Amino acid sequence: MSESTNVATTGSRTTQILGFVVLLGLSVVFVLAFVVTEPDAVQQDAVRMFYIHVPAAIVALYLTVPALAVASAMALYKKTRWWDITAAAAAELGVVFCGLTLVTGVIWGRPIWNTWWEWGDVRLLTTLVLFLMLLGYLAYRRSVVDPGTRARRSAVIALVASTNVLLVNRSVIWWQNRTLHQKSSLIEGRLEDMKLFTFALSTLVFAVMFFWMMIHRFRIGWLEHKIETVGVDAAIAERRASAHAGLDEAISHPALEKEGST
Amino acid sequence: MTTIAMTHVGYLIAGWGITFTVLGLYSISLVRRGRALSTQVPAGQQRWIDTDE
Amino acid sequence: MREIWAVAEKDLRIELRSRIVASQVLPFALIVLILFGLALDADKATLRAFTPGLFWITVLFTSILTIQRSVAVEVESEAFESLRLAGTAPWRIFAGKALAVSVQLIAIEVVLAVGVIVLYRSSFEAPGVAAVGALSATVAIASAGSLYGVLAVGNGVRDTILPMLLLPVLAPVLIGATRAFDAGLGTAAVNGWAWAGLLGVVAIIYGTIGAAAYGVVLEDA
Repeated sequence: MSESTNVATTGSRTTQILGFVVLLGLSVVFVLAFVVTEPDAVQQDAVRMFYIHVPAAIVALYLTVPALAVASAMALYKKTRWWDITAAAAAELGVVFCGLTLVTGVIWGRPIWNTWWEWGDVRLLTTLVLFLMLLGYLAYRRSVVDPGTRARRSAVIALVASTNVLLVNRSVIWWQNRTLHQKSSLIEGRLEDMKLFTFALSTLVFAVMFFWMMIHRFRIGWLEHKIETVGVDAAIAERRASAHAGLDEAISHPALEKEGST
Repeated sequence: MTTIAMTHVGYLIAGWGITFTVLGLYSISLVRRGRALSTQVPAGQQRWIDTDE
Repeated sequence: MREIWAVAEKDLRIELRSRIVASQVLPFALIVLILFGLALDADKATLRAFTPGLFWITVLFTSILTIQRSVAVEVESEAFESLRLAGTAPWRIFAGKALAVSVQLIAIEVVLAVGVIVLYRSSFEAPGVAAVGALSATVAIASAGSLYGVLAVGNGVRDTILPMLLLPVLAPVLIGATRAFDAGLGTAAVNGWAWAGLLGVVAIIYGTIGAAAYGVVLEDA
């Protein structure tokens, strides 16, 4: 769709290709997960949850969190909006993928562990605390008015949160000293070829989806940044214009005056 | 009609259904938010249009 | 070191004069303790068994108020500004604030400890491990709290966001402190010293992050 130069969209050739790959990939994963692969000997067909639960968790823990941490550190170091917007995008995707990990984990746990929620499980708890910290991060971002302050302070919160994920993980492992989670279906070589392939493909597709979402979400942040700047420019212009209107008016609008001076 | 010879169908529908719904709705919301905001910003300030096309 | 102590002393002196923490926060902590007793139907066995958890939940809730008070003192008197103008390094201000919060929290914890002995009929069978665990946990809470407390003021931020930001971060402290108290109170057979050690590590990490990040955060306070 590149006929016109002012297409109102955050899409581009790159995102169109990525989006197409994701849609195609998800369809293939769906067929592989439900038609091609065999049920598990123990878990029977519930094993098919594996192909979305684990990729979502991998994206949440190993893509969004490192992206958030790196972008936040860079936002503090380079002090550019580019990194700040990237951090915000990563955090929002973190909430989405953490949320999905939790929901699919709960749904999978019910038939397999015979319980919706298992306090003894390290990864479930770690993901939950991470989810809550990310929600706090986003809530915080929404509440700060000044963009520069928002960037610096939320970067600090993000860095504390990402460090804290490791502490939560450690302490829960110590606390329970046991975990219901299959330690590593992968390493033990319990997965047959087709299951392994389906899982690997699904993870890859989820990762591509992550990048597709990151690009779109980044561009939204960028546009918001532009609108914010344009808004400030307009406000300054307005102030200049009203300054010409005479001193009396400025005095009679103390609230306005205060707003302009900040 | 053959019956679905699968165990845990309810859980699977719920798990896959929620995942695809959430991802789909979030993707649509991303695109729509982007479109709405794009109209408010001059094309020259949208870097990806210049660089990608 | 002298500057750190000066900042802490100033906060503690303000508290001694205003008695806000003593007259409002401490009673709140005791009320929570009593409410737990009412909610759990005064079941003595349950109360005893859950004392470590109830104790630390109470401390966490109380710490929110203590931290908000600690920040309010600065904002009211515009003390951050004068400290910065005086050339005090941000990390020293941070250490001083965290020290003052720690002292106040420890005072509250001592009262709460007496409270659980009297009200819940708990007994500290291994006071050493409980004390060391409590000390480390308190420093960790005060460090994370002092950093986040400043984040939750100014620039349109409402202080209602503080619990949501701070409590998830303190999750590892809650786990560790509860286990250390399990050992101290004899409510569960756990290696309390290992937990106290973990709490010490957490306190050092939070303290380091807080000291490093305080300057960035203070810039906008």
